[in-house]
Amino acid sequence: MLAIFYMAAAVAVLAAMAVVFQRTPVYSALSLIVVLGALAVVYLLLDAPFIAMIQVIVYAGAIMVLFVLVIMLLNARPEEPTRGSRFAHWLGVPLLIVFLGEFSYLIFRRFPARAAPSAADASPEAIGHLLFRSYVLPFEVTSILIVVAILGAVVLAKKQL
Amino acid sequence: MATSSDLGFFLLVTIVKVAIILWVLLTAIAYLTWLERKVIGHIQSRWGPYLVGPHGLLQPLADGVKFLFKEDIMPADADRLVYWLAPFIAMVTAFLSIAVIPFGESFELRGHVIPLQITDLNVGLLFVFAVTSLGVYSIVLAGWASNSKYPLFGGLRSSAQMISYELALGLGVVGVLMISGTLSLRGIAASQLGFWRLGGILILPRWNIFLQPVGFLVYFMAAIAETNRVPFDLPEGETELVAGFHTEYSSFKFAMFFMSEYANMVTVSCLATLLFFGGWSGPVFGPGWLRVLLPVFWFCLKVFCFLFFYIWVRGTLPRFRYDQLMAFGWKFLLPLGLANILVTSFVLAWIHS
Repeated sequence: MLAIFYMAAAVAVLAAMAVVFQRTPVYSALSLIVVLGALAVVYLLLDAPFIAMIQVIVYAGAIMVLFVLVIMLLNARPEEPTRGSRFAHWLGVPLLIVFLGEFSYLIFRRFPARAAPSAADASPEAIGHLLFRSYVLPFEVTSILIVVAILGAVVLAKKQL
Repeated sequence: MATSSDLGFFLLVTIVKVAIILWVLLTAIAYLTWLERKVIGHIQSRWGPYLVGPHGLLQPLADGVKFLFKEDIMPADADRLVYWLAPFIAMVTAFLSIAVIPFGESFELRGHVIPLQITDLNVGLLFVFAVTSLGVYSIVLAGWASNSKYPLFGGLRSSAQMISYELALGLGVVGVLMISGTLSLRGIAASQLGFWRLGGILILPRWNIFLQPVGFLVYFMAAIAETNRVPFDLPEGETELVAGFHTEYSSFKFAMFFMSEYANMVTVSCLATLLFFGGWSGPVFGPGWLRVLLPVFWFCLKVFCFLFFYIWVRGTLPRFRYDQLMAFGWKFLLPLGLANILVTSFVLAWIHS
């Protein structure tokens, strides 16, 4: 199980780096799909098959299809590598390393190494109870928020309704 | 506790099952192409393939050989990696979902119970949806990577169509899930065994189609759209887009797209059988081995009926226009699916209270 976790984690990290370093937008999008797939494997290992499947269906199967669709519609070509400002080189890279070090230190202090929290019930029934009983108000508010966003998009896209 | 010999036995059985199922599936796909040409031929008062073998029965073999020996052409400005990747994604996603399809009860061999299914996931239905939702990429990427205008249009159309109809597909089966209360395909099929009785007389098998006719309608129409078949085959509409997303594909890469389309048809038909038509339920009698084989036969018969219906539709209906397709999906199928869920939940709440 641990070996599978390390493989999935390595794939996720490498693909996430590929998202940033790729120059072709479609390759970046494809790498992001690989990241989402690897995360789904991690969810499976955490005894949450429902979350894993929803992750693939919603993120990899629907949202990323829209990303790829937009990239194709714009016919985005490979990015031209810019010279890069000196400021970014001399200050950005050390700052990034400091930030990563700080971040991982905090994570290791906050969550010392131990078994995954597999005791939590992640069955569809349990998630349904949480969503529609305990958190029904945030759930409904989110749905209204999304409807507002869709309406806004339609208004912006169509000058005359 | 599982001993190492148990584990070895389990692995052996699984490998044998995978091999058999793959062989059956590939043969079924090959003869599905034959059946399609034959049935459409007869619908159009032609004979269909007749020359290779009796009644053209060896035609799939000839087609396979032809595909293998044709020249493999790649457009000059194609994106090489993605152009290669697309047909493989199509094949993998099309064949993966068969892993969770149960096609019969179980039988005992040397004290082990062997279910007639590769693996029973407790989220089996979602697994199938996840895998098919990834199948969109094969079409989208094939259209993009060919770097040619007709495939690009095919890819764009396809991605919009797939996203639109995936919603209706999901909504169509929610009613069944509410009734059976499980996401495992084996569980859903098992919940439909037996009969409804009225005064001690058997009237109807307990199939979900009698409880969820609207759900079935929504599911099956969306499923035809998801598999890119007539009347929803706009991604490859040959009158406008030459051959749509696979215009630039030739030889075996084209064959892979072709096979994955038929494999998807088989998967969708299997799901329709399991969700709405009781899976392997049917009259079972006779000695032990017949009791194992008859359910498999009933399952295959039902799947075959769906596949025949697919071909029948192709021989009968004209293609939608693109705006009609979108309007049909969003303004008819989606509200219908939602209304079906609403009515089902009210009835269920009323029964349970």
